[in-house]
Amino acid sequence: MATQKTLAIIGNGMVGQHFLAQLAASPALRDYHTVTFCEEPRPAYDRVHLSEFFAGKTAEDLSLVPPGFFEEHGITLHLNDKAVAVDRQTKTIVSAKGQHIHYDKLVLATGSYPFVPPVPGHDRPNCLVYRTIEDLEAMVKAAQTAKVGVVVGGGLLGLEAAKALTDLGLQTHVVEFAPRLMAVQLDDEGGAILRRKIEGLGVRVHTSKNTSEITDGESCVNKMCFADGEALETDLILFSAGIRPRDELARSCGLEVGARGGIVIDNQCRTSDADIYAIGECALWNGMIYGLVAPGYAMARTVVADLQNQAVPFTGADMSTKLKLMGVDVASIGDAHAKTPGALTYSYQNGGSQVYKRLVVSADNTHLLGAVLVGEASEYGTLLHYCLNGIELPANPESLILPQQPATPVALGADALPDSAQLCSCFDVSKGEVCSAIANGYLTLGEVKAATKASTGCGGCSALLKSVVDAQLAKQGYEVNTDLCGHFAYTRQALYHLVRIGQLRTFDALLAKHGTGKGCDICKPAVANILASYWNEHILEPVHWGLQDSNDTYLANIQKDGTYSIVPRIPGGEIKPDMLIVLGEVGKKYRLYTKITGGQRIDLFGARLEQLPDIWQELIAAGFETGHAYGKSLRTVKSCVGSTWCRYGVADSVGLAIELENRYKGLRSPHKLKFAVSGCTRECAEAQSKDIGVIATENGWNLYICGNGGMKPRHADLFATGLDKDTLIRYIDRLLIFYVRTADRLQRTSVWLDNLEGGLAYLKSVVMEDSLGLSDELEQQMRHVIETYQCEWKATLADGNKLKRFRHFVNSSQPDSNVLFVEERGQPRPALPEEKRHFKLVGVA
Amino acid sequence: MATWQAICDVTELLPNTGLCALLDGQQVAVFYVPDPELGEVCARQVYAISNFDPFGQANVLSRGICGDIDAQLVVASPLYKQHFNLRTGVCLENEAVALPVYAVRISQNKVELAGGVGL
Repeated sequence: MATQKTLAIIGNGMVGQHFLAQLAASPALRDYHTVTFCEEPRPAYDRVHLSEFFAGKTAEDLSLVPPGFFEEHGITLHLNDKAVAVDRQTKTIVSAKGQHIHYDKLVLATGSYPFVPPVPGHDRPNCLVYRTIEDLEAMVKAAQTAKVGVVVGGGLLGLEAAKALTDLGLQTHVVEFAPRLMAVQLDDEGGAILRRKIEGLGVRVHTSKNTSEITDGESCVNKMCFADGEALETDLILFSAGIRPRDELARSCGLEVGARGGIVIDNQCRTSDADIYAIGECALWNGMIYGLVAPGYAMARTVVADLQNQAVPFTGADMSTKLKLMGVDVASIGDAHAKTPGALTYSYQNGGSQVYKRLVVSADNTHLLGAVLVGEASEYGTLLHYCLNGIELPANPESLILPQQPATPVALGADALPDSAQLCSCFDVSKGEVCSAIANGYLTLGEVKAATKASTGCGGCSALLKSVVDAQLAKQGYEVNTDLCGHFAYTRQALYHLVRIGQLRTFDALLAKHGTGKGCDICKPAVANILASYWNEHILEPVHWGLQDSNDTYLANIQKDGTYSIVPRIPGGEIKPDMLIVLGEVGKKYRLYTKITGGQRIDLFGARLEQLPDIWQELIAAGFETGHAYGKSLRTVKSCVGSTWCRYGVADSVGLAIELENRYKGLRSPHKLKFAVSGCTRECAEAQSKDIGVIATENGWNLYICGNGGMKPRHADLFATGLDKDTLIRYIDRLLIFYVRTADRLQRTSVWLDNLEGGLAYLKSVVMEDSLGLSDELEQQMRHVIETYQCEWKATLADGNKLKRFRHFVNSSQPDSNVLFVEERGQPRPALPEEKRHFKLVGVA
Repeated sequence: MATWQAICDVTELLPNTGLCALLDGQQVAVFYVPDPELGEVCARQVYAISNFDPFGQANVLSRGICGDIDAQLVVASPLYKQHFNLRTGVCLENEAVALPVYAVRISQNKVELAGGVGL
């Protein structure tokens, strides 16, 4: 378009890039030709996680720009070229490389630079700052010959930088001008605890130190001289004494700047020139420079809105923070320094475990104004909620920070594992590594996951990891939190009990009575599962909407590209040729990738959400039922061919497998269940690796329980021998319901039994001798599940309301254009990202 | 000027679930998280962010579970379970990652979206 205007953005840091991403998602992109300058040799990257560079991340890993972003959105990027002047009269930007670019609207996202105190010698060799990837490369280079490193500045970034120096193997010091660490966020006591913790990690901390000069050292490259007459020898000095806005461009073109720097902006992020905006750390709003990324992102959104004549004013940002500095939890909320007139304070200090917590409360003792947490910050979410939402405090506010109940008993299963045992196979993490992470101060499951990467791949080891972490924490004397999540201070077992005793039928009812907040992706599926186990209602009933994971919600298994796979039930693995042909025809018609599963059934991959009902219509018409491959429920009962055909078989294993599969197929359980039946002790069905395994003998059926294949195989335990079929089924009924009632969230039967107090002998007494007097109740509950069974797909197809959710777009029948397949070995598979880009460029989609 | 586009009737919104809308070729995940204090469904209870999961590289966020974590309304990706703030699009596990957010309004019983703004 000849009349298209030009929008220029100076600076491609985190905030500049977020602005471009927001712009690209808005219609405003089409109104402008967009140009951006980046003075660095690479486009935007993640500065918040800069220290991960030392943990092996590359510059590419830290990049915030999706491949092809600038090309795809027609944005011109001037890389490695700095804007050096702006002429507001002619509306022209001049760059270091001599380009002259006209603009109609200009956004300054020039960020900040590290403040270096102007002491003599600050520019000596090995005096560095910590902001860009180039800075890090200089640090690595300097560290090669250095033994001692000093960080000047004990704030948030300074302590990050100190971690980087210790990671580089230097003897590390932190020198702070203020009398305590993190002076902005913490009070004296909090700062003191943090100091002790950090000194415990081998870092020397020097507070109230004013550097007067840096000169030649004797034992090291440099010597820092302090105003109090003391001195410190060091090879490397890293300045991290705060940031200063990059406002030189704004100054030179006459925009209004603050007395102490920063480009003055209004609520629309406009500078004193209405055609020029400033966002991020270069901008001064209401006398404040925001040195965090979130407020910068909010400013970016404000400008994108303003370009479309929409008012989404920037009205400041909450500066509460929670972070982990060198493995130490630190959090600061609101008025942490109790500056509000009349404010009351409550504090809790534990010198032993070095935990400090302080609440700042309004004069009338009813509202939370601020808080400081050091050493342990699990209350952060709750306290932030009190503070931001003005919720009235309990009568004794100190209860919010005082320690709670003593620890629960240690689980045996996890303790029994040797240190060399591999817990997470995706990232090859051993039990020993998890234990040393805990010893290094990572004290919650989430932190251990973040520190070790365990359970962040496929997630298959999450239950095992949790039991190891819990056991290890309990061993070290820490309180083990067995709460399901922040919304329910109960275990899964306790919640099941509450549902049963209170006869509660919905998540909302349980939340209202026993929980807080709105729930999350941990508690919602767990509670939905409990309700389904107990009441056995269809999981897609409107009262249960939004509770289930994607697999249960769409009665299919989500795959990496957002398509689904379909597994019809084939009880016992027995299937007529005509049924096989139907599966083949459906696979062919919908171009699905077809594979035989380990459980003797057939998996059809690559179905789009909106195709699922059509596909199931055909399958059900042919006589198939849903296979519950998506649910925490019975998957398959695998069988060998048994005495009907086999020379060695002693009983009809296929017949029993089909009967068992049809009996338990509707049961929702804490995790998936796999069964097998073998027709003789040759064990071709591998029943001793299943949750429930049955093996035929001359004397009747032998029952094995709580076996597992998968990532941590467990040989099943022999539970009972020589059973007739009725007794066998009775035992399985009781055992399964007892498991459903007492297991933890996502706990397989193998881990459940390993953690069950009293173990196998106790379980035998409950199931075979009725030691708890529960047998009738357990059997009755199983009868209820069996009697109320319905094929979830059949019921869904008969209900237009439930079907409505099976569409990709609410306002279009187009398919998802990002779902693309290529052919491999004669079948479709999801296209790789580079293959997708190729398709998009040649327009094949 | 921003252009508002109607994507569906208000009655299509199901409490605590998401749906996906096509807006000028872009996929937008729209969530209705009721707040009892605000009464009937209104724009302040409806949130719109990009439907594209930048970690899983797939258009799936509308199918995630909604909830709150540390007092922030979030949706969890159905693929690898990262949480995204429904108001700001910022990822809780890595705040450097933020999704585009969209403005929502309700007009004559229609849910309407406008591109690339929010708070």
